[in-house]
Amino acid sequence: MIRDYFRVMVVNLGTGKANIVERGGRNEVLGGTGLAARLFQEFGHADRPWNDPDQPMILAIGPLTGYYPLMSKTCCSFKSPYHDQYAESYAGGKSALSLRFADLDALVITGRAERLTALCVGSRRVELKDVEYLRGFDALSTGRALRKMFPGSGRRSILRIGPAAEKLSTYACINVDTYRHFGRLGGGTVMGVKNLKGICILGDRGFPLPEGKAYPKLYKHIFEQLTSTEMMSKYHGVGTAVNISPLNGLKSLPWKNLQQTSSPHAERISGETFADETLLRNAACAGCPVGCIHVGFVREQFQTNNQYLYRQVAYDYEPIFAVGGMLEIIEPGEVLRVLDVIEKEGFDCMSCGVALAWATEALERGDISEDETLLPLKWGDAETYMKAVELLSQQENEFYSLLARGTMRAVARYGGGDYACVLGQEMAGYATGEVFFVSEALGFRHAHLDAGGYSWDQKHEEKDVDAALKFLVEDGRKRIILNCMVGCLFSRGVYTEALLDEALEAVGYTDLATGVDEIAFEVQKLRWRVRISTGYDPRTVKIPKRYSEITTWKGPLDTEYMEALRQGFAQRIMELGAPLPEDAPEK
Amino acid sequence: MKIMRATRMERCIGCHSCSLACSRQVHKVLSWNKAGIRIASSGGLSTGFEARVCLACDPAPCVAACPTGAFSQRKGGGVIQKRNLCIRCGECAKACPVDAIFLDHQVNPYVCIHCGRCIPYCPHDCLEMVEVPERRNGSNKDKEVAS
Repeated sequence: MIRDYFRVMVVNLGTGKANIVERGGRNEVLGGTGLAARLFQEFGHADRPWNDPDQPMILAIGPLTGYYPLMSKTCCSFKSPYHDQYAESYAGGKSALSLRFADLDALVITGRAERLTALCVGSRRVELKDVEYLRGFDALSTGRALRKMFPGSGRRSILRIGPAAEKLSTYACINVDTYRHFGRLGGGTVMGVKNLKGICILGDRGFPLPEGKAYPKLYKHIFEQLTSTEMMSKYHGVGTAVNISPLNGLKSLPWKNLQQTSSPHAERISGETFADETLLRNAACAGCPVGCIHVGFVREQFQTNNQYLYRQVAYDYEPIFAVGGMLEIIEPGEVLRVLDVIEKEGFDCMSCGVALAWATEALERGDISEDETLLPLKWGDAETYMKAVELLSQQENEFYSLLARGTMRAVARYGGGDYACVLGQEMAGYATGEVFFVSEALGFRHAHLDAGGYSWDQKHEEKDVDAALKFLVEDGRKRIILNCMVGCLFSRGVYTEALLDEALEAVGYTDLATGVDEIAFEVQKLRWRVRISTGYDPRTVKIPKRYSEITTWKGPLDTEYMEALRQGFAQRIMELGAPLPEDAPEK
Repeated sequence: MKIMRATRMERCIGCHSCSLACSRQVHKVLSWNKAGIRIASSGGLSTGFEARVCLACDPAPCVAACPTGAFSQRKGGGVIQKRNLCIRCGECAKACPVDAIFLDHQVNPYVCIHCGRCIPYCPHDCLEMVEVPERRNGSNKDKEVAS
């Protein structure tokens, strides 16, 4: 191991100063999500709003980052502009290995810069640059500009935001190394309010390896498991987009703002069609041989006489669901063109697509008019949606200004809450049934990856509330173990608890190796405690009516079952997140 | 003699497994820099990747530049490195025409020794060991110029 404590860089954008702090607690929180929550307790302000300059943005990696394949993600946590509660998001790219080789377990950014600024950190560097001239630059151009400004091609990570974040849309993302994102819950907006246009992390150090044969032998074993078995083929073959067809077959594919759960047109935007017609190449996060990033291409004629340009746009299942099925755009090239605009403006593509799907239905129903949308939003009309994304980013009028702050903000002004596809935030692409809807609506990150509720729905026809709740809590805890490491959740079939124990042992974390499950349980409670301290009350979470109107392969949705799950899960969360005795208010 | 070539870099996905394997196995460090092969994007991820790796020159400019004999000519091209003889002047890296020698912050040079131990860790088969190509003699060069 490199060290048994945490080495954290704290940068204050207000003063322009940075310092290194060392913190214990590795055996209590492991790293990653646990470390981030712990650092929020120290540097965050539960009682102040998200845009208070003193609120931190935290990037954290885990004890195994860089040591093993697929230990290649970073946890980003912050007080979310979306709901003003503690939140987190995960991304890969080169961010995790860059932090590892910058000799940091975490980077905490506080304060607000006076002018638009770029930050560069490394093992021997901290630098703030005024980049006011990049105001309004899209996320891709910003990346190109930052690449010229800072050294370290290939072994650095460049995080940046686009115009949507500068304009403080509540679901602006952080673009990481062009093809990855801290997507959900407005991490980009946190950078925006801090006047932080970009972060360059230089991975410029190396570390001694553990002695003995255990580590190289285990590395080889894990690498072989990941590359020569079929375990990861779903991710590097067709990619997660392979889900489109089976979910469509199970009547679990959100379509046309969830007016439907399947469509005869779904094959046109299946992963297989994308692979056949648009896939240009694969790419990988640093430290991951799987290569799940699928880069598609669009070729456009911009002038007569055979003048063409091409764009490269990464796709996955979620972007295709959000921009394809939800908007009924059924040509892969058109899906990619809309995604390209979303990418440049710097939105979370899921929230953006789902919000526009709501707007389209609202217009269709007459709850809003073209006076609001300024455009004749129409299912399948990619050209119009591309313009709408820009209006949304610019917050062109009151309507777009509200919609850029989340569908429910627009609902509060215009109505239409019954058909808003919002489960905590704009939904993920799994209309699998009651367990998933409750899991996403109440879950910590409002993400499909909080727990495998989507998978439970697909495998269980019986309606056993207790069994489903037990699964959500326990599966959530298993995922927390990987999120402490911070490993890619795609690898959860390979990295069993026993293997993680062995992996920790082999790099010298012998004290941690036997207690990971207990630590994860403590981190699970810690995360809920922090979340609840910032105002979260799962008992008040509502699931919009649209979710009780759908039909899946199991038939019409069972509202009683869903309500029992909702109440039960809220209670479990309140129990898990109960204040510690010393923090509880006196009676 | 065989040398290591990054012959199929258009397949590279940028996972850095080769660099990590080299640093882990050859140099006994955890790093993606301190390695005989380093991966860089060729101007952003949308343009693909290139490998910074020794081309096995013979004679090698880095050997000629090394003042202490820490770098000596490897038969078939490239270098043999003796770290204990190195005074960390950095002249080897300056002399390399293709930026294949990495100097860490203590000016320790890292260069490919053509051992091929990175190859099994490339998931896309970008790397391979090849027989040392036949050196062109004068008559071949003349022919090339003439054509």
